[in-house]
Amino acid sequence: MATKRVTIRNHTAEANLFARRTFIAMLGLIVLLLILFYNIYQLEIVSYEKYKTRSNSNRIKLLPVAPNRGLIYDRNGVLLADNKPVYSLEVIPEQVPNFAETITQVSQLLDISDERQKKVLQSLKSKRRFKPIEIQSRLSEQQVALFSVNQHKFPGVFIDARLKRYYPFGDLTTHSLGYVARINRRDEIKLEEQGKAENYAATRNIGKLGLEKYYQDILHGTIGNQEVEINSQGRVIRTLNFTPPVPGKDLTLSLDIELQMIAKRALSGKRGAVVAIDPRDGGILAMYSNPSYNGNLFVHGISYKDYNKLTGSKNLPLINRTVQGYPPASTIKPLLALTGLEEGIITEHTTINDRGVYQLPGIETKRRDWKKWGHGKVNLTKSLEQSCNIYYFDLSYKLGITKIARMMEKFGFGEYTGVDLHEENHAIMPSVEWKRARYGKAWYTGETLSVGIGQSYWTVTPLQLAQSISILANKGQIKVPHLLKATSEVSFSNDGNGLHREVKTTEQPIDLKPPIELNNPRHWDIVLDGMHNTVQKKGATAYIPFKGARYDAAGKTGSAQVANIAQGEEYNAETTIESKRDNAMFVAFAPFESPEIVVAVAIENVAKGGGSTNAAPVARQIMDQYFGDREIISKTKHPLHEEIYQHVDKKKTRNR
Amino acid sequence: MHSTGQDQQKTFSIWRRLHIDVPLLAGILSLMILGLFIVYSAGGQSIDMAIKQARNMGIALIVMIFVAQIPPLIYRKWAVPMFIMGILLLVAVLLFGHIGKGARRWINLGVFMFQPSEVMKLIVPVMIAWYVSQKNLPVRILNVFIAFILLLIPTLLIARQPDLGTSLLIASSGIFVIFLAGSSWKLIGSCAVLASAFAPILWMFLMKPYQKQRVLTFLNPEQDPLGSGYHIIQSKIAIGSGGLHGKGWLQGTQSQLEFLPERHTDFIFAVFSEEFGLIGVSVLLLVYLTIVMRGLWIAVHAQQAFTKLLAGSLTLTFFVYVFVNIGMVSGLLPVVGVPLPLVSYGGTSMVTLMAGFGILMAISTHRRFHA
Repeated sequence: MATKRVTIRNHTAEANLFARRTFIAMLGLIVLLLILFYNIYQLEIVSYEKYKTRSNSNRIKLLPVAPNRGLIYDRNGVLLADNKPVYSLEVIPEQVPNFAETITQVSQLLDISDERQKKVLQSLKSKRRFKPIEIQSRLSEQQVALFSVNQHKFPGVFIDARLKRYYPFGDLTTHSLGYVARINRRDEIKLEEQGKAENYAATRNIGKLGLEKYYQDILHGTIGNQEVEINSQGRVIRTLNFTPPVPGKDLTLSLDIELQMIAKRALSGKRGAVVAIDPRDGGILAMYSNPSYNGNLFVHGISYKDYNKLTGSKNLPLINRTVQGYPPASTIKPLLALTGLEEGIITEHTTINDRGVYQLPGIETKRRDWKKWGHGKVNLTKSLEQSCNIYYFDLSYKLGITKIARMMEKFGFGEYTGVDLHEENHAIMPSVEWKRARYGKAWYTGETLSVGIGQSYWTVTPLQLAQSISILANKGQIKVPHLLKATSEVSFSNDGNGLHREVKTTEQPIDLKPPIELNNPRHWDIVLDGMHNTVQKKGATAYIPFKGARYDAAGKTGSAQVANIAQGEEYNAETTIESKRDNAMFVAFAPFESPEIVVAVAIENVAKGGGSTNAAPVARQIMDQYFGDREIISKTKHPLHEEIYQHVDKKKTRNR
Repeated sequence: MHSTGQDQQKTFSIWRRLHIDVPLLAGILSLMILGLFIVYSAGGQSIDMAIKQARNMGIALIVMIFVAQIPPLIYRKWAVPMFIMGILLLVAVLLFGHIGKGARRWINLGVFMFQPSEVMKLIVPVMIAWYVSQKNLPVRILNVFIAFILLLIPTLLIARQPDLGTSLLIASSGIFVIFLAGSSWKLIGSCAVLASAFAPILWMFLMKPYQKQRVLTFLNPEQDPLGSGYHIIQSKIAIGSGGLHGKGWLQGTQSQLEFLPERHTDFIFAVFSEEFGLIGVSVLLLVYLTIVMRGLWIAVHAQQAFTKLLAGSLTLTFFVYVFVNIGMVSGLLPVVGVPLPLVSYGGTSMVTLMAGFGILMAISTHRRFHA
């Protein structure tokens, strides 16, 4: 049977069939192999660039490196805003043999709280083992020293140093410098909108107020990049490339820290503001608002307690009073006199008879001079010397509000001065249009009379006041006030003989506005002479405060009513509650012939007297310091507060 | 001239006496050496891993030489008992097998873990070749039907484990036997139609969610680039970024920086492509082609229907390994667990493959003078 089957079987035919099928299979597998090859060819040759890019973006990461923030100096090179290293204790878990034990031991050594330790142990779970975890931030110097000595006992634990903003003068500079604080969600959105987010990728703090905010872009600098190779877990394998960050530019301010100190001392115990401007270039020499607060509190994130203390204080330390509106009172009389001259209402020789009372034709209301029985015969010069209200009631009545407003707007009232601070207030220059827009009511002639003595709706900021006097002293030339004097860039170059430090300083140009042209330029001199007499003439309102000054000053006092005094009543500071007492105002410039400094002072709710007894002495102290011999503190780079005060006091005695 | 011819004859006969097929061995050894270098690179430049792999290769070579000594007719004689034994073992695996990596594949024999599905890779083609070669060729429809049932039993048992890769390889080894045995084209055509009709049923009722996910991922890997699509995306990046010349040995960033998963096992081809580029891939494919061609040559020159069918099936199955692995790594096929033969790290599959080559060598060298 078996043999029979073998004989039937056709081996040749079977072999041929098998060979045919094998050949077909071979063709099939060659086709499949070609498909494989074609697919790989597509990947490796046709799409090579695409996959090369994707492979690189897998492994190459850019680690942003934050630039160092530019420093801020005063006009004499005294450092006002510094970058100080702060130290934090960090640990890399994978380098620590026994994590929990190490944390306990290092905590015992440095006296770190149990809560902190627990947090560190918790964060261990959520973090990569090769990424550092912060054990304690803001180490004290003792902690740093103690740890440094014992570092060998704690492998994987190290101290990380970072630069943080520090304001050596604390509250003395806060209202002008402002401060930096941590970038919050709102800042992030804003940076995103402005397309700056990339440049801030590694930056933690941003200017929130003052110059720190205004010049944020200049101070910040340009981000650097470290190009590193990472593996799939994100561990850095090696650095491929490093682009160093470009540090922010340093700012030199027109501010003089000594004048700031004088201002602070002169205003101590009072609410008020001082602004001093150099009329030659618009540079702000002093800008101080009292009370102030310490900007350093905000850099590390202010505590609720501290913040509530600031916001809860009835003296409102957070407000920058140098750019807040106050009724200007009599300080604007020189400008009103100028308006009268220009409009031809009065001349140098126009005289009125002041019997202490002014009444509009056909109206009951009586307006009184500050001097009960009047000043008698009063011409323009005397009206300024004695700050005669009746003269200005009459003048403003004859001018009318519109002409007053037109002229005052030229001097910058009711408008931003253009100073380099975002916090500036434009205050109010009232007019017929303004009142209609604001209150929907018509203008009353009686209100014009109040405007005539710098009251009613009229408010000006101490900065605006100083600027208006600066324009007057410059006889119409307008130089926009500013705090920034110069910017400087530090760069390093290598010429083969080592690294050279180069400082490139760019002076800030004077920002001019179109000048005020008078019909008769002599009118400048008439008004300026009046201000000169106010200070120099015996018996004039500002004579006593400036008696014996070594420089030739001119000025004008002012006392603003805060409370409404009923007809027939008299103001008495002692019986008036504190917040309703008069404000004291003063403006001055010196030297008279070629002005170098303009000072404006505002003091709120003075206990006794007015501008001449409260505000003028503050201006005197500022000017004394300014014109004193200038052996300036800039020689010492980080002067302590107290030392400077002593220094200033010594100089003062020398002046006398 | 005369003496050299004699020498050649002599050396040829030495290899013949050792039952070694020289061209096949040359191809295998070149793949193994290449494999050692890539395993070293893919394994994070660990010399330990390379040494282990060299040991695996040594064992596999010994197994191959041992198997080559057995005359092929022994397999024909023992085909049925071996097949029954294998099926029983597969059932045993499903009932009391050891679970590893989510699948029930191993039987604990006390001394070592035994994987019956690996042995079935050889037993199934032996069994089907035995069955088909009983009758005259070309094979008739009824026999094809019975052969299919014989094939379906181990395939389904292994698919249940689940081990899709192995059941695929086993199914194809049987199908290759039936194809080579000359089953009619009509039958092949209707089977293809049936299979495609069966696909939706398979999808809806038989496939597990993770298996469906693999297919979906294959169709659109970018849908979930960090999850199920991660393997294939990283693999394509590795291959594509290799370019023409490759990044150089030990220089592949995708593999060295561990972006590529399963680097030393299933995805080792991606490591190779990244470091050696299209040029390297071409050489590798040529080596595989050489081995396959030699295997088919052996099949065509085998003396009996059984040995022809067995040799052809073993060779074509080897090619399926290559095609499925490279196809899945380069995004042409869905991901099923099939290693790159003789290159991927691992002992078990290499021993089975080399035992298969041993059978091929036996077929090539155990020739009888008559017939």
